[in-house]
Amino acid sequence: MKTVKSPFKFKGGVHPDYNKELARESAIERMATPAELVVSMSQHLGAPAKCIVKAGDFVRRGQLIGEKNGFISVCVRASADGQVKAVEKRLGPAGGMADAVILDTTAALPEDLPPVEPLKPLDWKNATREELLKRVEEAGICGMGGAGFPSAVKLNPPPGKRCEYLILNGAECEPYLTADFRVMLERADRIRTGVEIMRKILGMPAVRIAIEANKPEAIAAMEKAFADIEGNVEIVVLPVLYPQGSEKHQIYATVGRVVPEPPALPIDVGCVVENVGTVAAIADAVEKGEPLLERVTTVSGDAVANPKNVLAPSGTKYSDLLAFCGGTKEDAAKVISGGTMMGFAVSSLDIGTTKTTSGLLFLTRKKVFQYSSQACINCGRCLRACPMNLNPAEISKAVESDDIKTAEDAHVMTCIECGACSFGCPAYRTITQYCRRAKNSIRARMAAERAAAQAAKAANP
Amino acid sequence: MTVAIVCIAGIGLVAAIALALADKYLAVREDPRIGMVTAVLPGANCGGCGFAGCDGYARALVAGTAPNGACAAGGDACAQACAKILGVEAAATEKRVALVKCCGTRSEAIRVGDYNGICDCNVAAATAGGDKGCRYGCLGYGACANVCPKNAISIHDGLAKVDKRLCIGCGKCVKACPKHLIELVPASATIHVLCNNPDKGPSVRKVCGVGCMGCHMCERLSGGKEAGHFKFDGFLAKVNYSNPPEDAAIVAKCPAKCMIEDPHFESGH
Repeated sequence: MKTVKSPFKFKGGVHPDYNKELARESAIERMATPAELVVSMSQHLGAPAKCIVKAGDFVRRGQLIGEKNGFISVCVRASADGQVKAVEKRLGPAGGMADAVILDTTAALPEDLPPVEPLKPLDWKNATREELLKRVEEAGICGMGGAGFPSAVKLNPPPGKRCEYLILNGAECEPYLTADFRVMLERADRIRTGVEIMRKILGMPAVRIAIEANKPEAIAAMEKAFADIEGNVEIVVLPVLYPQGSEKHQIYATVGRVVPEPPALPIDVGCVVENVGTVAAIADAVEKGEPLLERVTTVSGDAVANPKNVLAPSGTKYSDLLAFCGGTKEDAAKVISGGTMMGFAVSSLDIGTTKTTSGLLFLTRKKVFQYSSQACINCGRCLRACPMNLNPAEISKAVESDDIKTAEDAHVMTCIECGACSFGCPAYRTITQYCRRAKNSIRARMAAERAAAQAAKAANP
Repeated sequence: MTVAIVCIAGIGLVAAIALALADKYLAVREDPRIGMVTAVLPGANCGGCGFAGCDGYARALVAGTAPNGACAAGGDACAQACAKILGVEAAATEKRVALVKCCGTRSEAIRVGDYNGICDCNVAAATAGGDKGCRYGCLGYGACANVCPKNAISIHDGLAKVDKRLCIGCGKCVKACPKHLIELVPASATIHVLCNNPDKGPSVRKVCGVGCMGCHMCERLSGGKEAGHFKFDGFLAKVNYSNPPEDAAIVAKCPAKCMIEDPHFESGH
């Protein structure tokens, strides 16, 4: 085990104000289960889980309430004991509507309610690869960094592809967020166990633990935890640069490989990247039989009275999280679910947290820059900032005039929506939003084409 | 001089023979009906039929790959004329126009956030569902107005309005609206319910002053359920356009004030 500096630097990137000192020093605090939980069936990437409970049912903590619905999907388990108040469409943080189970956790469970068979702790050293994979799937684990890709799918490379590098993502380059930082500090032993389990599943790949240089305590904690590990394990210290935590950029920064354009995945270049929180969750799921029911969320921002890193059951409403942190000390002008660069502004605090809610930020008017998008002045700053080597100016101008074709030809589908282009734009253009709009239209068109092709195939087989 | 005249005449003769042969053997035979059908189509090139302009639709119609009557702009007269050229029967079609089923202006429907992103409904809807408190209502960023080939849609006070006299019923706005609240209705109908929110009364009231609460008042006053002038989707009244109500007095009795009786829509609320 050794610590090295990142040997590769990707092009572009920006340096936003990190503001991590707000919640950096506050240890992870467990929050009592709130009276009502909004457990979404769409907490991950891919098909939403199929809800298998109905209003009036009593459920126990850990009980399966949503079944995995397709290959790229994850099951959902009840994050507390309680009674199902309703199953209805609720607004998610990203703006989409998804089925959600509303749990009343104050309801007394009837005495004759059969107990739920818990997941049994596994002795991972003697368990087979299949048993471990099944456990990851049963525990409902998905990537906890933000995108929520199902971990069981990620850990099971398709035939013919081999994982050579397992990369642990501890960069946490998003401003304000300190959840992963605290997990690395306080749960280092869980991360170590998780890495050993994942190494076993993936067939002993080399391990790279990627951490940004502004977290020396986390680097020290990882060095201590992994001091006596055998095999090819390295801690890679990354330069402080946004979006260092992006999967593709992390792969380049640690092992110098470039993931091709979508639909290529990191496994195509022999890499699997997992967030440190996910790794700890995998360790808990295997060693303790504890499904993924709670996560650490950073509640921060200059409007919050006591910024904290909160360990809350998934489905906790944003309003309860805010109340746990002492409410607001000033009027919040903007509420963001996630980090300031890639998070989503929300208009309601009735939204429940998910497995991917890494942060909840309340910002005052001082921090929120209200502007209106102006015409592009062709300064080229977004070209320099784009870490994906795109031409954001051209794309945004094309989308502005509804020319999705030109945007597609300019490889807009490669865009990772990191926000680096909008961040430095002197004309305050909402470039990332233009890219997102183009991607949405292209995806909708591709879905329509697929449906038409399928219909044609069904008509004349 | 003579040599030049003979040479030029010779080249002319050879070229004329080549062209005459090309005309005979390389000619692209086009169905004459395509030209005739194109002539009776309205020539608006609105694309509402799903083909690239009127010419594209005419070709598809003659080839038999498109249904007759898909041209909303031409209406029944056009469908009958096409049928005559093609030698088929055409079912009578009724002129339809777009109706925006929302009347929550900025003063009536609350907005829950300051949206300052791209001025487009699809983008706004993708940002936390839009800034309107009502999740079903018109956002007023003009995605429908942008695609309208006849400029029949205008945005007033955060709400899209269709001018029925200009609308050709191509249905492009229906596809463009992320909230799916534009519907093609018969142009002859004059009584409409301008709401798209199927939630219960109290939750509608929380977000909009003019939202349908599903009180069934319109149904009761128009002769009850048996008369069948209205259909209900959750707590939302919908006009049954195949059997529309006739008595305009019910409009004023609507407690939510979300009904209009207006031959042109545009001058409604």
